[in-house]
Amino acid sequence: MKSWSTMLAALWRFRGFVWSSVWREFSGRYRESLLGLLWSIAQPLTMIVIFVVIFSGLMRPTLDGHEDNPFAFSIHVCAGVMAWTLFSDMLGRLTTMFIDRANLIKKSTFPRICLPAIVALSSLLQFAIILALLLLFLAVIGHWPGLAIFWVIPLVALQLAFTLALGVLLGTANVFFRDIGQLISVVLQFWFWLTPIVYTTAALPEWLRSWLPLNPMQPLVAAYQRVFLDGLSPDPMSLLPLAMMSLLLLLLAARFFLSRVGELVDEL
Amino acid sequence: MSAVLKLHRVGKAYRYYPSRWARILEWLTGLRRHRPIWVFRDVSLSMAPGEALGIVGRNGAGKTTLLRLIAGITPPSTGTVQTEGRVAALLELGMGFHPDFDGRENAIIGCQLLGLSREEIDACLPEIEAFAEIGEYFERPVRHYSSGMQMRLAFAVATAVRPDLLIVDEAMAVGDAYFQHKSIERIRRYQEEGMALLLVSHDPGAILSLCPRAILLDEAKVVCDGTAEEVLDRYNAILSDAGRQSVRVERLASGRAMTVSGSGEASVEGIALLDTENAPMEVVATGDMVRLAVDVRINQDIDDLVFGYMIKDRLGRVMFGTNTHHLKIPITHCRLGQLARLGFTFPLRLGPGEYSVSTSLHVGDTHHAANYEWKDVALLFQVVNPRHEHFVGVCWMPPEAKLDWD
Repeated sequence: MKSWSTMLAALWRFRGFVWSSVWREFSGRYRESLLGLLWSIAQPLTMIVIFVVIFSGLMRPTLDGHEDNPFAFSIHVCAGVMAWTLFSDMLGRLTTMFIDRANLIKKSTFPRICLPAIVALSSLLQFAIILALLLLFLAVIGHWPGLAIFWVIPLVALQLAFTLALGVLLGTANVFFRDIGQLISVVLQFWFWLTPIVYTTAALPEWLRSWLPLNPMQPLVAAYQRVFLDGLSPDPMSLLPLAMMSLLLLLLAARFFLSRVGELVDEL
Repeated sequence: MSAVLKLHRVGKAYRYYPSRWARILEWLTGLRRHRPIWVFRDVSLSMAPGEALGIVGRNGAGKTTLLRLIAGITPPSTGTVQTEGRVAALLELGMGFHPDFDGRENAIIGCQLLGLSREEIDACLPEIEAFAEIGEYFERPVRHYSSGMQMRLAFAVATAVRPDLLIVDEAMAVGDAYFQHKSIERIRRYQEEGMALLLVSHDPGAILSLCPRAILLDEAKVVCDGTAEEVLDRYNAILSDAGRQSVRVERLASGRAMTVSGSGEASVEGIALLDTENAPMEVVATGDMVRLAVDVRINQDIDDLVFGYMIKDRLGRVMFGTNTHHLKIPITHCRLGQLARLGFTFPLRLGPGEYSVSTSLHVGDTHHAANYEWKDVALLFQVVNPRHEHFVGVCWMPPEAKLDWD
């Protein structure tokens, strides 16, 4: 417990560094461009427009119970892709966070725990933009989810805990075994298609459906879809296993990180 | 007074795994699969506030690793490192500057990495800008900087707020003379206020002018801990590879250490400073003509021999040095048992103080090729100034003074 508290205290002391690093990473991406921050909106906006054009204009797949809503499938996909983007973007960056900043780590002594915090916050910032655009879109088409929208907060918190735990674990191990970074990008591709994002659970054959709960991202994505499409509260019980797992994983990741953080510098 | 830095039997080993899989096996089974490669072991030292310590050693002797350990970047494998107060480190070039951001932003990042608060940073930013003196470049991306500018900025940031311990690795060598003077001045001022300084440099001048004390790292341990002068002499002896077999240190009557190294094919048998009447002197007056007389004994047949000497001041700074190669006096076909008598006559234009003469016998124009003998403090003498008008400094450059009224 001692190391936990010193770790968090150090993080608090360097909060200025964390905040400004988040802002720098965000603004730095568009620094030399003419349109600047407009680009950060262009990307998610394109995504929403494409999904709407394809799934509401061209293909028009229908969803059970939403036959009268032409935008139903677009919303289903957008909600899933939004959650998935936060997950894969954050996990990918957590995996390489130490390697990417080797130069900084080898030259200064800031608490290393700042790095996952910076990655998590800057991924969240990107997510916030997508979320805002999606909500704007929902408001425009008159499909506002109502009070259920507040469920996004605990859902994001849970997703953050899960992704952080997994990412810190993989990011630390990746310094010692660089295969992990490669492996993750491959695994994420499979994982995306194993999660009902661009298809629905109902579209799956019976035998495959029983395996779905083994995918930790499935209940999470389903919960987002329920909030945005149905405007209903997700079933907390469906998220309980993921919550328990995240907590365990978080403890494990912290222990692993703390025991290897010293040795880590020598391997960069 | 409490120590700013305390190392107790510190050692650092890198882990060498025979294969990539060995590490997985070790992690999974808990059985040791690696071989430790020791960079150094058993280093103990402590520094008081205001103290300055130089670290010298050959490339790969572990100087930088030791600094990183002290800076807290990497943990020691054995022993303990204790620091008191704020530690600022200037390791290599820059402090991990971000090339795309401008000087101001990088200065802010640097300050944040040092753990300064928002208010402290706001307060010292103008100071950093003024001290770095890089003009409009302060607002330009760091990738447009020269290495000198990066160094200026890095130094300005690291010393914006006085640290309790400043760690400097080689960085001083990059800056121009003007900035070096400026940064040394700041270091001196901070030292008076209690800052301790740890300096790694290949430049003996930098060590001598800033650090009264030094340590020499070689072959994984501290081989010498003493006055900077003594340590640098030892370092010089180690530098010439041939000298490695026989480095011995003799204490002179004055208590000053004398280092002798070399393979011994030839040796300086006698050395003296003589006046114009050939009488040996230990005290010389500024401006007098003197003759340095040296007897070299040949212990083995050698084809080619060069004799060199250096006159150093009390801090070990070289006042003057030359050798028979540069003076175009070839010494060839030396036969066993011969005695070569050399004489160097020159006016002694040195200021009052104590000086020493180091000698070397070698092949070619430096002592690194083949080192027959290297003697530090082969001779000590004192300079006084009884005849000429008073002056300060180590060089006597008498001016012709003139005054005109309009």
